[in-house]
Amino acid sequence: MVWMFIAAAGATGASIVVPLVVQRVVDGPVRHRQPGGLLLLGALALLLGLVEALLIFIRRWTQSTTSLQMEYAIRNDLYAHLQRLPMSFHDRWQSGQLLSRVTTDLGVIRRFLSFGLIFLVVNLGTYIVVVLLLLRLYWPLGLVVALSSVPLFLASRKFTRYYLTISRLQQDQLGDLATLVEESAQGIRVIKSFGRRRHMGGLFHAGARLVHDTGVAKARLLARSWAEFDAVPNVTLAIVLVGGAYAVASGGMTVGGLVAFVSLQLMLIWPIDSLGWIIANGQEAMTAADRIYEVFDVQPSIVDGPDRLVARQAEGRLRFDAVSFTYPGADVPVLRHIDLEVEPGETLAIVGVTGSGKTSLVSLVPRLYDVTSGRITIDGRDVRSLRLDSLREIVGVAFEEPTLFSMSVRENLTLGRPDATDEEIAEALSVAQAEFVYELPWGLDTRVGEQGLSLSGGQRQRLALARAVIGKPRVLVLDDPLSALDVHTEALVEEALARVLRDTTALIVVHRPSTVALADRVALLRDGVIAAVGTHSELMATVPEYRAVLSAEAETSRVDA
Amino acid sequence: MSIDVEAWRGRAADEDAERTAAEGGSAVRLRAGSRALLGSLVRPHRRVLIVVVFLLLMQSGAEMAGPYLVMLGIDKGLPPLSAHPRHAGVMIDIGIAFAVSVVAAYCGKRGFIALSGKIGQAILLDLRNRVYRHFQRLSVGFHERYTSGRVISRLTSDMDSISELLDGGIEDLVLSALSVVSVAVILLVLDTPMALVSLVAFPFLLWLSRWFQQNSARAYRRTREAVALVIVHFVESTGGIRAVQVFRREPRNQEIFEAVNDEYRRANLRAFQLISLFSPGIKVIGNVTIAAVLTYGGYRVLHHHTEIGVLAAFLLYLRKFFEPMQDLSQFYNSLQSATAALEKLSGVLDEPPAVPEPATPRALPARAARGEIEFDEVSFGYRADRLVLPTFDLRIPAGQTLAVVGATGAGKTTIAKLVSRFYDPTGGKIRLDGVDLRDLPDEDLRSAVVMVTQENFLFSGTVADNIRFGRPGASDDEVVAAARAIGADGFIRALPEGYETDVRKRGGRLSAGQRQLVAFARAFLADPAVLILDEATSSLDVPSERLVQHALRTILASRTAIVIAHRLSTVEIADRVLVLDGGRIVEDGSPSVLIEGQGRYARLHRQWQDSLV
Repeated sequence: MVWMFIAAAGATGASIVVPLVVQRVVDGPVRHRQPGGLLLLGALALLLGLVEALLIFIRRWTQSTTSLQMEYAIRNDLYAHLQRLPMSFHDRWQSGQLLSRVTTDLGVIRRFLSFGLIFLVVNLGTYIVVVLLLLRLYWPLGLVVALSSVPLFLASRKFTRYYLTISRLQQDQLGDLATLVEESAQGIRVIKSFGRRRHMGGLFHAGARLVHDTGVAKARLLARSWAEFDAVPNVTLAIVLVGGAYAVASGGMTVGGLVAFVSLQLMLIWPIDSLGWIIANGQEAMTAADRIYEVFDVQPSIVDGPDRLVARQAEGRLRFDAVSFTYPGADVPVLRHIDLEVEPGETLAIVGVTGSGKTSLVSLVPRLYDVTSGRITIDGRDVRSLRLDSLREIVGVAFEEPTLFSMSVRENLTLGRPDATDEEIAEALSVAQAEFVYELPWGLDTRVGEQGLSLSGGQRQRLALARAVIGKPRVLVLDDPLSALDVHTEALVEEALARVLRDTTALIVVHRPSTVALADRVALLRDGVIAAVGTHSELMATVPEYRAVLSAEAETSRVDA
Repeated sequence: MSIDVEAWRGRAADEDAERTAAEGGSAVRLRAGSRALLGSLVRPHRRVLIVVVFLLLMQSGAEMAGPYLVMLGIDKGLPPLSAHPRHAGVMIDIGIAFAVSVVAAYCGKRGFIALSGKIGQAILLDLRNRVYRHFQRLSVGFHERYTSGRVISRLTSDMDSISELLDGGIEDLVLSALSVVSVAVILLVLDTPMALVSLVAFPFLLWLSRWFQQNSARAYRRTREAVALVIVHFVESTGGIRAVQVFRREPRNQEIFEAVNDEYRRANLRAFQLISLFSPGIKVIGNVTIAAVLTYGGYRVLHHHTEIGVLAAFLLYLRKFFEPMQDLSQFYNSLQSATAALEKLSGVLDEPPAVPEPATPRALPARAARGEIEFDEVSFGYRADRLVLPTFDLRIPAGQTLAVVGATGAGKTTIAKLVSRFYDPTGGKIRLDGVDLRDLPDEDLRSAVVMVTQENFLFSGTVADNIRFGRPGASDDEVVAAARAIGADGFIRALPEGYETDVRKRGGRLSAGQRQLVAFARAFLADPAVLILDEATSSLDVPSERLVQHALRTILASRTAIVIAHRLSTVEIADRVLVLDGGRIVEDGSPSVLIEGQGRYARLHRQWQDSLV
């Protein structure tokens, strides 16, 4: 960074000296008719010119390396930070807004670091040096030039203030637009299915229109301010020319002096002119930095505890101890006073109607969210006291909606266990009845499409199940993992799963009577409260509500069949 | 650090899977495509552009006048003034001329920036809309291979680089080019021999520019690709953050992200290094020329071939000649980056929709569709070498509820996708009320056929917004009525803000079952003649499913329906059941008849009944 400034300053210095050489040429050899001196000065100008170019090269070369390195490092940090932030953050933030920070905003900062900042410093330096030289050449006119910085200062202050507001507005609008783009790319099937192309096109147009309007307002602001920046040195030049002529006439300065004065002064045009875009650039970079810091400033609320449970030695006793949970920002608790105990090796099914809090309950175990009060323990240790990687190694999870990434099947299966062997993968695949992957064109190396969309719903769900059971975690949390399977496959999976569950502690959210058979005990969840716990047959016999939730299907079908 | 991209991304069916067809072609074609696009974007603004050019000429002319007036001042204004302080007439004239030029420059610059900014923004708006609309027109098949990250990358990052150019680049680009040309002319007029000496620099400049242009075009193309990969990975991993965290994927993700990020850095570095050679290169040529002119010009003044004022002006102009070259190189950067982005965008716009709108649309015979569907010797495969449906014939009379069952891979979902025209058949025809789907205007088809899948994508916005997606003009009462008909009214009212509850990103606020109910209400509100349910009830709990089941009886009564379900409870309300195996119909009949028989459906049904406790 320091070298960059030195090189930049040197280059500018060299270019400042050239007009002085010109003055010498005009006043010296030309006037006194000395061809020899002319050649010498010409050579000097050449040398200075070459030095200037060399220094520019050095500055640019180092600058691109450092600024890109900086952009690269910040982007990595931002990504790492985002991965650490809990679900509650990601629920709240639109991904388009995050994306625009990682791409657009970082680009803006990089541009400022590689051009704006350097030129700001160098141009300021140039300005001061040139003004000093001008004062020395002929002070009355030098003073005029120096005073011209007052209107410049006023104009730039006004410009800065307005520009900050407008660039923040535009960057936010672009973030919103990115969100809309993301949703319409990911929801393309729904949009197509309903024929809402025009509707979405209208929404997009409205968003793009906002960006457009802000852009036009920005252009108007730029037009006014930049024209002002431009006018100041031109007016000064006119004054200098007329005043200079009088000075020469009255013998205050030589003709060569005037020529040098004017050409030196012309060197100020670029620094002043560029002031406009440097300020704009700087403001945008500040806005961008603000937006990025908004993310960096969010402290991860779910962090490592001090302890580590050795996966092999964990027994897997899972306990919910007076657990209540309210989603961040909501007023009504989703879960209230949950007391549950799952013995090592036991399988507990969670049953309840849509919206009763089943998914929330199981999300607490791997600490996707933290309990609002009470505690969850594994082998007597509060999950919050464990290191996250240790906890999540012990707990394997499969969600109802399988998230797959556009990566190879193997990578999708071994998400968190890159060291899984082929045997372990094969075993997990057989439990989930997902051997179909071997028939894909390149077997485990085949790329599954984004969100696994080239696979059917059932296939995706089986992959997600295989992912959960790989490496035999001590505690399994399965959220309605078989919903998309056909009856035949479901029976096969259940059979295989039963073997796995024999010595694994498991919490399974269940909608179907068939899956309940996997469980040793069942807990009925109603409006965030445990309404009943017992074996399936006990609950069937004694709890009418349970019967209604689980066996209605059988009733209807019997009636209708 | 670098990791093997192939290793983690896996292998795709087609190496060009993530490219548009145009990108697979030659660079020449790419450039031609982007030029044509540029032309069509600029054309509507032709008239205003004339004004812009005029303002630009005014500004650059006024600025150009500066050194000329300085020369006049020294050569013509100064001698009389030195002779007598009263002989100031010429000098005053020059002063006035200067004042006029300053005003002209101010007005020119202000008008130019405001107006060109307006045009630039209009072009951007146009381009954004065009690309967005075209993405929406492209088939589902295209989106599946192109990935949403790439779509986003085109509409954000690529637009950014074009916007960057329009924001500041164009002006300097045009202005600099203009001043280079006009300075050259002025120099020739001022002193031809000296001008010829300085014009020797020209071929060198041309050569250097060509070298830069060719190399940087390649470098910037690479940056566009690299940033797309960064975006794809970023979007997917933040979208799937739940799985990422639960499976401790963070370290590996970080590794991958740093690798794609590093590739982006390298690609940028290459482009920047090119310019850090180009820019001082220009400077060298410029400074050598100035030194040469200084020496030669001094020599000419020495021998009275020219005036001192001319030499002074000459040197000033030479600065004006080479300085914009510097700017030019600065903004050449933006230009190249924008060009690469424009190439990508024109590639997207040139991608023909695999499922195009008909050139000569045919209306449905009746005003609204009745809903009769016919598969006429239809064959289909996602890839040419593997047919999912070999010669498929089926007629679904209007109003019939058809259930399709069969094992995974039997082709059930394919049938649904073909009827909703996500894909077109490879051979044969699918007709709705006797009209080939390919001849139906998109609008008519979509209002006639709606599909509900287990995917249940919700958009950010309120619950009501999401239901209203089925029919954007629907009143609040209609929205509520739709929810009530499906049995979703109860849970929606129980939400903190009822129908106005924000569902958050991708419906994250709701449970999977709730999302499915909302998706049902959305489809019900759309009121199509043909409703396709593809595993649409899989994540409902039993009571909700029972509600939906009841609702379906009334909902499906008045329309044609194709129901795909693993749960036979949904199948039972069908008039007719189709059992598929390997893309062929193996059983076809009413459920009660099939259950009585000994076929697959009877077996499935027994198995299912056993599973119910």
